[in-house]
Amino acid sequence: MQLELSAEDAAFRQEMRTFFTTQVPQEIRDAVAERRELTKDQVVASQRVLNAAGLAVPHWPEEWGGRGWSALRRHIWHEEMQRACVPTPLAFNASMVGPVIAAFGSQEQKERFLPRTANLDIWWSQGFSEPDAGSDLASLRTTAVREGDEFVVNGQKTWTTLGQYGDWIFNLVRTDPEAKKQAGISFLLIDMTTPGVTVRPIELIDGGHEVNEVWFEDVRVPAENLVGELNKGWDYAKFLLGNERVGVAPVGSTKRVLAQAKDYARSVSVAGGLTLLDDPLTVARIAELENELLALELTALRVVAHSADGKPHPASSVLKLKGTELQQAVSELVVDLAGPASLASGAGDADSDLAGWARHATPVYLNLRKASIYGGSNEIQRQIIAKTILGL
Amino acid sequence: MDFTYDEEQQALREAVRGLVGKSYSDFENRRRTVAEDPGYDELLWSRLAEMGVLGLPFDEAYGGMGAGPVEVGIVAQEIGRVLAPEPFLTSVVLAGGVVALAGTEEQKSSLLEAVGSGETVLAFAHAEPGTRWVSTAQDVTASGDGDGWTLTGVKEPVPFGARADQLVVSARLGDGGTALFLVAGDAPGLTRSGYPTFDGGRAARVTLDGTPATPLGSATDASAQIARALDAARIAACNEAIGAMQYALSATSEYLSSRKQFGVPLKTFQALTFRAADMYVSLELATSVATWATMVLASGTDAEVAEAAARAGLQVSRASRHVGQEAIQLHGGIAMTAEYSVGSYTSHLTALDHLFGDGQLHLSTLAAGIGDHDEVDPLA
Repeated sequence: MQLELSAEDAAFRQEMRTFFTTQVPQEIRDAVAERRELTKDQVVASQRVLNAAGLAVPHWPEEWGGRGWSALRRHIWHEEMQRACVPTPLAFNASMVGPVIAAFGSQEQKERFLPRTANLDIWWSQGFSEPDAGSDLASLRTTAVREGDEFVVNGQKTWTTLGQYGDWIFNLVRTDPEAKKQAGISFLLIDMTTPGVTVRPIELIDGGHEVNEVWFEDVRVPAENLVGELNKGWDYAKFLLGNERVGVAPVGSTKRVLAQAKDYARSVSVAGGLTLLDDPLTVARIAELENELLALELTALRVVAHSADGKPHPASSVLKLKGTELQQAVSELVVDLAGPASLASGAGDADSDLAGWARHATPVYLNLRKASIYGGSNEIQRQIIAKTILGL
Repeated sequence: MDFTYDEEQQALREAVRGLVGKSYSDFENRRRTVAEDPGYDELLWSRLAEMGVLGLPFDEAYGGMGAGPVEVGIVAQEIGRVLAPEPFLTSVVLAGGVVALAGTEEQKSSLLEAVGSGETVLAFAHAEPGTRWVSTAQDVTASGDGDGWTLTGVKEPVPFGARADQLVVSARLGDGGTALFLVAGDAPGLTRSGYPTFDGGRAARVTLDGTPATPLGSATDASAQIARALDAARIAACNEAIGAMQYALSATSEYLSSRKQFGVPLKTFQALTFRAADMYVSLELATSVATWATMVLASGTDAEVAEAAARAGLQVSRASRHVGQEAIQLHGGIAMTAEYSVGSYTSHLTALDHLFGDGQLHLSTLAAGIGDHDEVDPLA
């Protein structure tokens, strides 16, 4: 056992810290720090800075821009990025479709898509969930029927995050309606400008537009856009979801928000000339969250240090479960610190004397209710722990 | 950074597991042992001494093994897994730890060797009625000078205070400082009333009435050493609790798989399996912090160790209550019986939680310090 990072890993950490805090545009990092919604241009600009330095897709195969880092270094890269308020590379590109194409795509698909995916020249959307297929993803019904050199796609996807910006969408589609649930599914790439693709916004409780419905009506997709083998899509989806869980405990960003919360608490006066940071219940709440985050961070380190052969450690469900709970709890704390100022969510910077963090607190809190639902709901994670770890 | 045991550490774990498991994997044997005084198995104690376990943390110069907190943690976990009642935590880690920190060379040579060989059982008589979890003495006072010292007052509860051959006693000096003294088990003016604790352990009221005592080290303020020894014992207690929780969770999982109700195994009911999954989450998080604190103890400053002990103490306290309470609930009525093991684990977890400071104490310590840092960085 050894507590310290090796000298090499410590130097790596410092190198990441320096890069992220000096090379990514300050106004983008400020927007993250103030928890403002990022524009598409900001997300693209940030990822391109990272990609130019070889830091956008370090976990990909080296041939396509990967760096061959240890799991620990990938963890450090990810944490330092969040700590420095740098937007993490678009997950749909970097963690989802990119690794699937790199692992299962044809050589032609790799050459055509991977460089542009890494550089965010293509903005990918995810077409997995459907109205009747959420956590029970294999129930999906969108069909793709082969006609000559094309698939004809019909159906509806939902919860398509940031689909309004999407250039292409990667989909799970049913290609064999006779086969058992998981067996007849394929993984298909669709250009979103193809006739018959319609994106409709879904309005959410935070007042923002983040997710969409995507409709496919007789959409004709070249057969060359099928990834891997026909009817093997479920295997690729499992591979992708395994990747998704690895980075799913946002320890670095939650820690950063909790650290900011102390400053917020200091800025709020309460009776007797004191601030909220003098309030015993507030400090106890912060201290408890800090300790749980420490436990989560150390657990993440245990998991990355022991993840063999790139397979997710069984305890990674703990990270998803607890990581999202703490992310939500910290967002709830910030709303409580804001108090009445939290009501001013509709006020722009020019119209309000109230602090930006306080005005953004409730939309963020409401938005983060999603965290325990997506990526395999927390109930699914409990099911995984009970079944695969406890044998129940 | 590495959270895994090396080969020697794994071998230690297997050896200790084999030895304590031989006695206590049969839970009935543990019940018989704790039912009679001294509350543990003297023969097993001497076998642990032969294996080097009782001298594990002490320098080789004092007849010890010169091992570190990681090895102590391994032993504590194995003791926790089978609920071994032997006083490793209180006599070796805590009382021995106090001697190692505060004794003169001569005292360390003679006492630590005697502890390591199993010849002498030590007790640290520190807690006093009306105070809790402080590193100073209040109402037990020392008077004298040079070698001629006497102690007066009451220490309670003193773990294994009646069985101990010698006592290490903290006492207040005239100048307000807290010094440490050695008191022989047969010293005049020493009265000890021993009693069982709810978890099958032993404690005692120790009354000192002009009792002659020898200074441990110099008769000057030793509260810093007491604090450090308590922090080391807290971290060892966290490891013991981790071992006990591991057992409580695996027993609960097995029970949910085997016990039938309404014609089907209990694990058919998601309301139950989800609660077991949450126990696993608590245990994993607590294990991470306890393991980290154990490593901090191996290399950290007093202040770093104090913080790590509070952090591990808080996390383990929360987890112990959660895992212990749920283990009983998920078992149902059987867990309320003394003859079935799982309730006893909850009982011992409760004792460990209150031995050196509970979650509320640690949270209060940590809350007082939140303004001193932005983020907690475990790798700093």
